[in-house]
Formats: sequence, C-alpha cells, structure tokens
Amino acid sequence: MVNKRNLVFVTAAVLAAILVPQVLTMLGEEYLIGTASRIAIYGLAAMSLNLILGYGGMVSFGHAAYFGVGAYVVGILSFHVFDGSSIMGFQGTDAAVLSWLLAIVISALVAFVLGALSLRTSGVYFIMITLAFAQMLYFLFVSMERYGGDDGVIMYNGRNSLPMVDLSDDTSFYYVCLTFLLAFLLLFVLLVRSRFGKVLQACRQNETRMRALGCNVRRYKLAAFVIAGAVAGLAGALNANHAEYVSPDYLHWTKSGDLMIMVILGGIGTIIGPVIGAAAFLLLEDFLPLLFDATGFPTFKEHWRIVFGPLLILVVLFARGGLVGTFSAMRGDHER
Amino acid sequence: MSAEPLLRIDGLYKSFGALAASNDVCIDIAPGEIHAVIGPNGAGKTTLVAQICGQLQPDAGTVHFDGRDITLLQQDKRPALGLVRSFQITSIFPDFTALENVAMAVQLNAGHSFHFFADAGRDTSLNEPAMGYLKTVGLQASAGTPAFALAHGQQRQLELAMALALKPKMLVLDEPMAGMGPDETAHVISLLNELKGSVTMLLVEHDMDAVFALADRISVLVYGKIIATGLPEEIRNNAAVREAYLGSEDDADA
Ligand SMILES: Nc1ncnc2c1ncn2[C@@H]1O[C@H](COP(=O)(O)OP(=O)(O)O)[C@@H](O)[C@H]1O
Ligand SMILES: [Mg+2]
Repeated sequence: MVNKRNLVFVTAAVLAAILVPQVLTMLGEEYLIGTASRIAIYGLAAMSLNLILGYGGMVSFGHAAYFGVGAYVVGILSFHVFDGSSIMGFQGTDAAVLSWLLAIVISALVAFVLGALSLRTSGVYFIMITLAFAQMLYFLFVSMERYGGDDGVIMYNGRNSLPMVDLSDDTSFYYVCLTFLLAFLLLFVLLVRSRFGKVLQACRQNETRMRALGCNVRRYKLAAFVIAGAVAGLAGALNANHAEYVSPDYLHWTKSGDLMIMVILGGIGTIIGPVIGAAAFLLLEDFLPLLFDATGFPTFKEHWRIVFGPLLILVVLFARGGLVGTFSAMRGDHER
Repeated sequence: MSAEPLLRIDGLYKSFGALAASNDVCIDIAPGEIHAVIGPNGAGKTTLVAQICGQLQPDAGTVHFDGRDITLLQQDKRPALGLVRSFQITSIFPDFTALENVAMAVQLNAGHSFHFFADAGRDTSLNEPAMGYLKTVGLQASAGTPAFALAHGQQRQLELAMALALKPKMLVLDEPMAGMGPDETAHVISLLNELKGSVTMLLVEHDMDAVFALADRISVLVYGKIIATGLPEEIRNNAAVREAYLGSEDDADA
C-alpha cells in the first residue's frame, strides 16, 4: 500500500493541509480557516465512526453521542470556572490538556457501557438500540437546566488554554486540530493492518466463521467501539473549543446521520475517505446556499438540502466506493 | 475400543417445531478414529454438527469432549480445546486473500489479538504457517487470490486449510468434498488419510467412495435417528440401511 506514488501523494496532501492558513490569508479569506478546523474535527469524528462502521461492520446510528459527551465535558468544566462553582467536589478547569483528556476518558467509558449493552444485539436491532441510547443522552442534556438545557453552554471564558499555544488564534487552533487528525490517521493506518484490525475486518466479513475459529467476537468489537467513542469524544472537545459553545444538538440523531453521510460520501472502509467526506460535506453545506444565491436560484438558498440530498443518493448509487473509490478507479488503482 | 472416547454424544435431542432433527442421537468416537455420519438430505447431519460445535444448543442430551462436559460451552471456546469444525456451506472471509484467510486462523490459534501496531500482513509467524496449510490442501498457487474469486472447489480447500490451521485434536467435517472436482476430492481423501490417527474425525459425507475409503466406523442417520452404527462392512450389508439409504442409490443405478 505504501508505494512511491502514494508517498508522493500523501506528502503533497500533508503539505497542502499545512499551508491552508497561509493560502487563505493570501486570498483574503481568513474566515475560512475556521471551516478548515471544522473539516479536521469532523474528519476525526467521521474516521472514528468508520473504524466501527467501515472496518467492523457495526452500523452505529448513535455516534454523535460520544462527540457530544466529549464536547459537554469541556463545556461543563469551562462553565464551572466561569461560575466559580464546583462539580462533584472538583473545580472546573480551562486547561486544555486536562479537560480534553477527561473528554476522551469519559466518552470512552460511556462507549464501553453503551457498547457492551448494544453489542448483545445485531443487525437492525443494533442500529435501533445505538440510536435509542444516543437520543436518551440527548434528552438527558436537554433536561440539564444548569447547563442551559436546550440552549446549551456558552464558554464565556473562550477556548481552553494550552501552554505555549494560543488556541484563541484561529491559525494556531487549526494546527492543533490538524495535528490530532494527522496523528489519528497514522494510528489508523497501523491499527487496520494490525492483528486487531484484521480481526475487526474479518468480523465484518463473516462473524459466524470467526466464532467457529474460536474468536470472542464481542470482545474485539467492544474494544473498537470504545476506541471510536474516545476519538469521537476528542473531536467533540475540539469542536466545543472551536465554537466556544456546546448544545444538545451535538448529540442529536441528525448529527449521527451527518457523520454517517460523511463516511459514505468519502468512501466507507477506506482510510482517508471520511476526511474527504467531511470536507465535501462541510464545504457543500457552506457553499451550496451561496452558490444558489449567486446563480439566481434564491429559492434554493433556504432549501439547499433539496439538492444536497439527491446528490448524496447519486454518490451512493453510482460512486460505490465514495469519492475516494471513484478517484482511485480513475487512477486505475485496484485496491482500497 | 477400550480407550475413553474423545467425543461422547449422549441422548442428543433437538427439534424445530414438530420436526425432530436430532432424536436420541448417541455416538462415541475413540481417539484417532474416523467416524463417518451418513444419511439422506435433511436427516439432521448439519444440525448434529452444529450442536457438537456449539452453534446450536440441544434441547436434551450431553456432549462430552476429552472427558469434559461441553454441552453448554460457548462455541468460540471450543477450538481452544481442540474441537474444530468446517462448514458444509463454504464459510470464509471473501475480501481477504486465501493466505489472509488461513493467517487469520493461525492468528486466532496463537492467542489473543489485542496487538494494535505491528503489521499483521507482514508477520512471518502468521504467514509461514498459513502458507504451509495452503500447501497441505494444495492451494499454494492461489495464495494471493481474494477468496471470493476462488473457484468453488478451491474455496472448499480453503475451508479445510482454515480448520487445519487451528491444530485440532478433533475435526468435525461437514461434507468437506461437496462441490469439489474428482482431482480435488482425491487430494482431500489422501490428505485426510495422512491425518488419520493423529487427528480424530467426525466426517459427514455424501461421497460413498470417500466414506468407505476413510471411515473406521459409520453411523447412519435417518430422520434424526441413528439407525445403525458399525464397521464399514457391517453398514454395507445392513438390510435396514440398504432400504433406508443405500438402497435408494441401488435403485437409481438400476
Ligand atoms: N434452523 C432451522 N430451523 C428449522 N428447521 C431446520 C433448521 N435447520 C435445519 N432444519 C431442518 O432440520 C432438518 C435437518 O436439517 P440438516 O441438519 O441441515 O440436514 P442434513 O445436513 O442432514 O441435510 C431438515 O428438515 C431441515 O429443514
Ligand atoms: Mg447438511
């Protein structure tokens, strides 16, 4: 898989990602650096979903739950700093390292509990139960008046603080998000090739056979579920920082649907697909309305999803490997 | 047969609605024995295999393996005891290459798989043994072919290689030759003959030549019931068996 052509391609892509803020500044479009950060953040979240969905064959329809839990950990800790109050005897914190670590650990724990319960089922039941658990958490946060209920938590103190890096600077923040994305990409490459990754892919292909070969299937699926939850939690923590705001919308089932669309749009079961999917999704979301406005179809501006929906269906029907699959087919590649 | 049986199936009963797919099935298999189970389609052979290997739970009766009651043991715990099955309907990993299929079996036999960083595809401790098993079944030339692209007979060979890779004490083979060409069948018969003595086998098979070439003893299953168990010669000459099973073939030949 790591042939010369790929190496050149990867190097070029990484360089391009690093130069994004400079290029945007040169073009006088600095405000788009925020969009670039969101792409990195959602790329991370979509990749984590792809681990269980594309590699493990687990159709989790509640992945936004972990994204939201991670975000709320950051939001709540920040709220208590601003409020001067304590939470379960502890002070709040603005420190990025501590609150992001807590976001990862707590979303991993939630994923462990919900995964252990959900993985007792399979097929449609698994889809339904993951969806139901995520909606339960959604309503839990809606009901927490202390943290704004429906309206969520505004981080009045701004973004978390990190030694030596000013997260309130959009370019610095982008680089932090990009670092996490690249780190997880590297980890992901190792993961899917490892013994663990092979087991996961084998479970997707033929779970019955895995059992007959002596594999405790559920243990490995749960481990993948927890890893995916932890990374989604990190993405949520980053997104809370990006927006300086957290609300129950982070956990809503439509958010889980968006993540799933990003994975499928970009290329399910491919390494880079979800990142491409996240980029395509977020750019379309930002620019389709503008495009309709500019081209004289203002009616579509409000209802850009009317175009976006069919576009997605076309991708699913005709570009079965998603954008990545179509691209490699054009290059004449025969591997995923 | 004075030795303690390796596999003891006692009073096994399993029904699907009104249909008794296993009806008081009792079979003892001594260490090293090849025990064939024959019977017409729908007799309950695959259902029996599924209960021996834990895919199905019997309604009544017990299964002992190596002196231990495994009736209720989860199926994924059985290969570690040395009890390994193959499937009548080919069950492989279609997107993996033939080599990766067998390497997965080797990997699972080598302990837990919570290894997250090293590249399993380049792990010689997996690939070399896997290649060995592919050679054993005569599939080494197709090692790099995705399993879905293998010919049906080759997939059957792969199925067998994966079972062998678990280093079984006992193989439960559900029609391993079904769908194989004559050359492949001959190869598998000679392969199973080589394993004879070192690996105990319960062999479900339709190919009577294979059964009479390999089996030490034969049980005949009809409508979920064992109607006869004995040496190949006894089964060949058993009137009830001829009527219920072999007889129909004679009619067809006539
Ligand atoms: N899961 C099931 N549910 C209902 N009936 C089944 C099931 N599995 C097998 N049967 C029935 O049990 C009988 C025995 O099937 P099987 O064990 O596959 O026979 P064999 O392998 O000897 O051809 C058949 O009549 C079959 O239709
Ligand atoms: Mg059968």
